[in-house]
Amino acid sequence: MAKTIWVLVEIENGRPARSSLEVLGKAASLGRAEAIVLGSHADEVASGIGEFGAEKVYVHNDPVYDTYLTLPAVDTLSDLLKQHQPDLLMLATTYDLRDIAARLNARNNMGLITDATDLQFEGDTLNVTVPWGGETVVTATLPKQGTGIVLTRPKAFAVEHFEGRTAEVETLNVSLQASSQVMKVLERVEVESEGPSLEDASVIVSGGRGLGKAENYHLVEELAAALGGAPGATRAIVDAGWLPYSHQIGQTGKTVKPTLYVAVGISGAIQHLAGMKGSKYIVAINKDEHAPIFSVADLGIIGDALTILPQLTEEVKKRKVQ
Amino acid sequence: MKIYVCIKQIPDPNTVVSKLDPSTKRLVRSGVSLVLDPGDETTISAAIKLRDTTGNSELVAVSMGPASAQEAMRRALAMGVDSAILVTDPALAGSDTLGTARVLAAVLKKENADLIFCSTESTDGYTGMVPGGIAEFLGIPQLTFAREVNVEGQRAVIKQVTQTGYRTVESSLPAVVTVASGSFEAIYPTMKGIMSARKKPFTQLTLSDLGIDAAQVGEAGAREQVVTIGKVEARAAGQVLKDDGNAAQTIADFLQRYQLL
Repeated sequence: MAKTIWVLVEIENGRPARSSLEVLGKAASLGRAEAIVLGSHADEVASGIGEFGAEKVYVHNDPVYDTYLTLPAVDTLSDLLKQHQPDLLMLATTYDLRDIAARLNARNNMGLITDATDLQFEGDTLNVTVPWGGETVVTATLPKQGTGIVLTRPKAFAVEHFEGRTAEVETLNVSLQASSQVMKVLERVEVESEGPSLEDASVIVSGGRGLGKAENYHLVEELAAALGGAPGATRAIVDAGWLPYSHQIGQTGKTVKPTLYVAVGISGAIQHLAGMKGSKYIVAINKDEHAPIFSVADLGIIGDALTILPQLTEEVKKRKVQ
Repeated sequence: MKIYVCIKQIPDPNTVVSKLDPSTKRLVRSGVSLVLDPGDETTISAAIKLRDTTGNSELVAVSMGPASAQEAMRRALAMGVDSAILVTDPALAGSDTLGTARVLAAVLKKENADLIFCSTESTDGYTGMVPGGIAEFLGIPQLTFAREVNVEGQRAVIKQVTQTGYRTVESSLPAVVTVASGSFEAIYPTMKGIMSARKKPFTQLTLSDLGIDAAQVGEAGAREQVVTIGKVEARAAGQVLKDDGNAAQTIADFLQRYQLL
């Protein structure tokens, strides 16, 4: 019998979030995919969701889900899970979905695997692939009964198209509890950032603690500029106040998949690797030959970044002119 | 106000290539350098700042871990935390995020916490699922990815980081708050802080002190299971070279060969 896989689809600017559609595409390949859409514009999103893989969609069009974070969605999902007991719930890794996943798991004692890059059913057993660090890949499963949750790594899957497919729509009859309307969004502010966005950049040059001090970070920016790329940072230097959080690459920062990633003075902590391991080519420069970053580098140089960077920038500029 | 900060001792991310033990399927914690999670240092700094700007408040560090985690607790005390509670019990080994959240929530419930600080995720496990689990078990709001935290009477207001900027979010207290990286200036332990840490109250609890059923925590309670641990395929071109003075040329050659210039 086909497995039933649920995907909570986020809404962004009145449209389904791309990250959720990627997960929905994967869910459709695993079995019968069903979507849940909650919030303002839920009706519009639900009407087109079949084309992205959903065979059924549960809808509740209500701005409460947008104004009050996490709990209204957890309440609605918990009720639905009890009623229908799907085989699996898949969620993209985003700020809001992580918060929902954590509470849903605790409320319903489910089982939760994060940062998955692949999954498949072997009979009734779910095998989930979770890369770990630079050298390891783990297969995990949810051995206990009941619906489990898998959060997937950003960009692990592609959006799939199912032309002409329409999902069966079920409009939910839900009364939203006032006692769950406790985390209130007072305002939303968009901040403009200059330069190429990290997620879209095909070249990223990233700096870490090995640069020594904030004043040296300009060497990273200069190489990035010479290569036509964007400058990035590790959590360590963001924590140290050298750069704003918007530059952070890593599991709670940005996940990037550029063609070229140059890691300068970066040791390669697991959560940083999780954010950049999908890069096509990785070059690493670090003084410490034991730095974990070398396990994922295509080319690793054991050396002093402060000496090498300006020389490399010059060399790049020279060769680009030729 | 009673403020709490949840912290964790982990293998040093800057010097240890973390490994999973193929027989126990768990993170190797023996024979490696263990430190207070560097991410928690930012979170502790945020909590100290809030304690100091709020009248009449105390700050307590809470952790679940093996006995060696005492060292991490002492560092937190040296940074300026007022007291520390460590839950340590062999039955807790192999706990998943749910088991961990259950234990920490049990401590915090007994303590009647007003505000609970956590990092957004740990540097080793990086699931980010424990703070939400704690909030759910306590039945309180969670305000996550805060780059600013303000307490106004019985309400907490944060500026929450988002993909495109930030949101201002508020809730009633008590609440769990998770702190976004780089939001607060790090506080470093002073010599005075290190000396006074020895005299600060430090409590160790076991599972039976919390009245938690062992079947719900530790490996027995874990609802996820590692089945296999494998080596990832080495990257095709992977080579590591010492800089002989020509590193810039070597790298530029590589970039040229793969048409990256």
